[in-house]
Amino acid sequence: MLLQEATTGAHPLSGSIAEWVWLIPLLPFLGFLINGWLSITSAARVGPKDPSAAGHDAVGHDHGHASGGGGHGDDHHPVARHKYAGLVSIVGPGVLLLSFGLTVAILMAMLGVSREAPFVRTLYSWMPAGDLHVDAALQVDPLSMVMTLVVTGVGTLIHFFSVGYMQDDPGYPRYFAYLNLFVAFMLVLVLGASYPVLFVGWEGVGLCSYLLIGFWFTDKANADAGKKAFIVNRIGDFGFLVAMFLMFANFGVLDFAGVSAAAPSAGFNSPLITWICLFLFLGCAGKSAQIPLYVWLPDAMAGPTPVSALIHAATMVTAGVYLIARSAFLFSLAPVAQLTVAFIGALTALFAATIGLKQWDIKRVLAYSTVSQLGYMFVGVGVGAYTAGIFHLVTHAFFKALLFLGSGSVIFAMHRAYHATHNQDDAQDMRNMGGLRRYMPVTFVLMWIATLAIAGIPIFAGFFSKDEILGAVFARTHESTLSQVSWLGIPGGGLLYIVYAMGLTAALLTAIYMTRMMLYTFHGPNRTGEKEQPHLAEAPWIMTGPLVVLGVLSLFGGWLNLPALLPLGRVGVLEHWLEPVVGPATNAVTGGAHELAHSTEWALIGAAVAIAIVGIIIAVTRLKPERLIPKARAPEEHGFERVLLNKYYVDEIYDALIVRPIVWVSRNILATGIDEGLIDKVFVTWIGAGIPRLLGWFGSRLQSGQVGTYAWVLLIGVIAVLGAFTFR
Amino acid sequence: MLAESLALSAVLFSIGAIGVLTRRNAIIIFMCVELMLNAVNLTFVALSKVYGTAGQVFVVFVMTVAAAEAAVGLAIIIAIFRHKQTVNLENINLLKG
Repeated sequence: MLLQEATTGAHPLSGSIAEWVWLIPLLPFLGFLINGWLSITSAARVGPKDPSAAGHDAVGHDHGHASGGGGHGDDHHPVARHKYAGLVSIVGPGVLLLSFGLTVAILMAMLGVSREAPFVRTLYSWMPAGDLHVDAALQVDPLSMVMTLVVTGVGTLIHFFSVGYMQDDPGYPRYFAYLNLFVAFMLVLVLGASYPVLFVGWEGVGLCSYLLIGFWFTDKANADAGKKAFIVNRIGDFGFLVAMFLMFANFGVLDFAGVSAAAPSAGFNSPLITWICLFLFLGCAGKSAQIPLYVWLPDAMAGPTPVSALIHAATMVTAGVYLIARSAFLFSLAPVAQLTVAFIGALTALFAATIGLKQWDIKRVLAYSTVSQLGYMFVGVGVGAYTAGIFHLVTHAFFKALLFLGSGSVIFAMHRAYHATHNQDDAQDMRNMGGLRRYMPVTFVLMWIATLAIAGIPIFAGFFSKDEILGAVFARTHESTLSQVSWLGIPGGGLLYIVYAMGLTAALLTAIYMTRMMLYTFHGPNRTGEKEQPHLAEAPWIMTGPLVVLGVLSLFGGWLNLPALLPLGRVGVLEHWLEPVVGPATNAVTGGAHELAHSTEWALIGAAVAIAIVGIIIAVTRLKPERLIPKARAPEEHGFERVLLNKYYVDEIYDALIVRPIVWVSRNILATGIDEGLIDKVFVTWIGAGIPRLLGWFGSRLQSGQVGTYAWVLLIGVIAVLGAFTFR
Repeated sequence: MLAESLALSAVLFSIGAIGVLTRRNAIIIFMCVELMLNAVNLTFVALSKVYGTAGQVFVVFVMTVAAAEAAVGLAIIIAIFRHKQTVNLENINLLKG
């Protein structure tokens, strides 16, 4: 990597530590190389999977640590730790810690200087091809720094957690290699200074997601889940690519600064900008699991639980929200696209929340909750409240990572208990849990903090961000660009009221299903089994430590951006910080200073809090963990409950409407007809093989092997040539 | 003198060429090839009177090559004879396509 001069010239950050921004993604990449090398060199000796774990595959769930607990007394299957485990445990989280430190240092350097313009660190010219000129450049600005902090910060905690969670997995170095590679690509995604660089990270995290979902690839269900995630994401990436093509064809540039400068020339509410934004949103819907492309995320829970926490909750799936915030200058010019984003977001939030009500798998509850919360973020960025969307992204990263890691800790304990007694039962089914608060008090308290945060109880992080999004939706119903256009015939203002109502309903459902999860997991009697109970225990400190940090963040993370009406006055740290990036775009939507009256805002907050409390009360009074029956003896659900348990049969509908027709066309028309019939037969067999064979037949007739014949032919040839020269 | 020399070499070359084309015995064909080479040599020598000594230099080269060719060619013919008990070219068509 060349140390070239930054092109921005007199930017206040040039010459500072921000010049070293390229080290932030490079460090995890080096970690990937080291861990990958250790994985490859040891792979020949250690198989892809511990054979002793094979007997515990029956449930097809999160079982890679089936041999977990080697150091905790139940040595039924003493499995030696990986021979490089020590080195990997240092390199894997270590590079993340270094990246995090560098990010903090750059952040400190940014505090003292003007942040109006982004600092672009150009590394080299990547694609100088004709009119297209793309630099490999990284961008340091408030938005990218917020994302980098979240990715490296939460990433570091999850890496530490993984040290405990994956300790006895035979694929330990491979796991950390993938995880480091993921972080490297994620950092390229958030730091890239142009759409193509962002896209490299975008595709890279998709690859790592695929690799980590199918981490235990010997189980076909896991490998299928990985493929599903990859293929569904390709549909979204198609949208992203088309958006980039449109931008290049019309603006001639692809870096954020260039597009931002060129976009207004296309005109407000012009079809071009609207289409670009809609195609970008298709990409976001794929990556961030929105309707209609959300189906891959719940299946992605096949991966190790820390992966679910890092990739499928805290960072990668929020890339779509980041992309829209990053493209705020485009979206603010396209109110119709914004309304689409907001409506789809609200629809997803509500839809996924209803499914979450009836799932039994603890990770699936959290998966649908993630889909639902991502919907919230899209509502935020959709109505032009980019700060609120990013705010919710940050707080969600804290409490959802905490929830997933907490569930990982629970599953870890459950699995150890089942493993110790050779029980084949499902370690992730909440019907098999119950009363775990007595066995794992630390996880119990921290999970409740995260639950209250996601439900939107005041003081906790999620309350402030969720409230800010809902408040912004309400404020936009009047006197904004959104309220002046109509969306499929519905006036924008009216649509936003619908979005607001859907958001509130989703908040109610969130409170219900999260409380339900907590009740079934931690309260009531224990249903794990008589023999298993003595084996249930809290996870080791390397796992609970990150949980505690995330718990503190879930408690106080909301203070990043307190609402204006508190007596403290507005402490909008995050809003002030992001102002240079998204401020103009937000003002373009609201038409300048348009804030809700304090009385209205109090009413909205009151409604939101009341809804959350009502949700919790409903769950506590209606659900009786005492009556729950373990999975093996549980009766079948009926009616609408069954529809919810089967996720509205969306997978089956997609299978019937899309997958099967495509497979049928591929097999019967493309494969049999075109490939075998036309290409193989006509082009290959007839033209490709037939004509050379015919020519070869003639050629081989000429070659008689008779020297005399050759001599005659030679003589005739010589005479012909001489004759041609002579009688020319 | 030049005309006679060229005429003689033309006659020798033609005899050699006809021999190569019509005979079936490898040894005779081989000798006919030598005859053609020497006819060319004669032409070189004859023309060197007009165009300078370069022709005579060529002759030395041609003779060297002809000697090497004779050695290799005869060795091949002996090998063929040992293999097939004949040097009649009509029976030798191993390179038939």
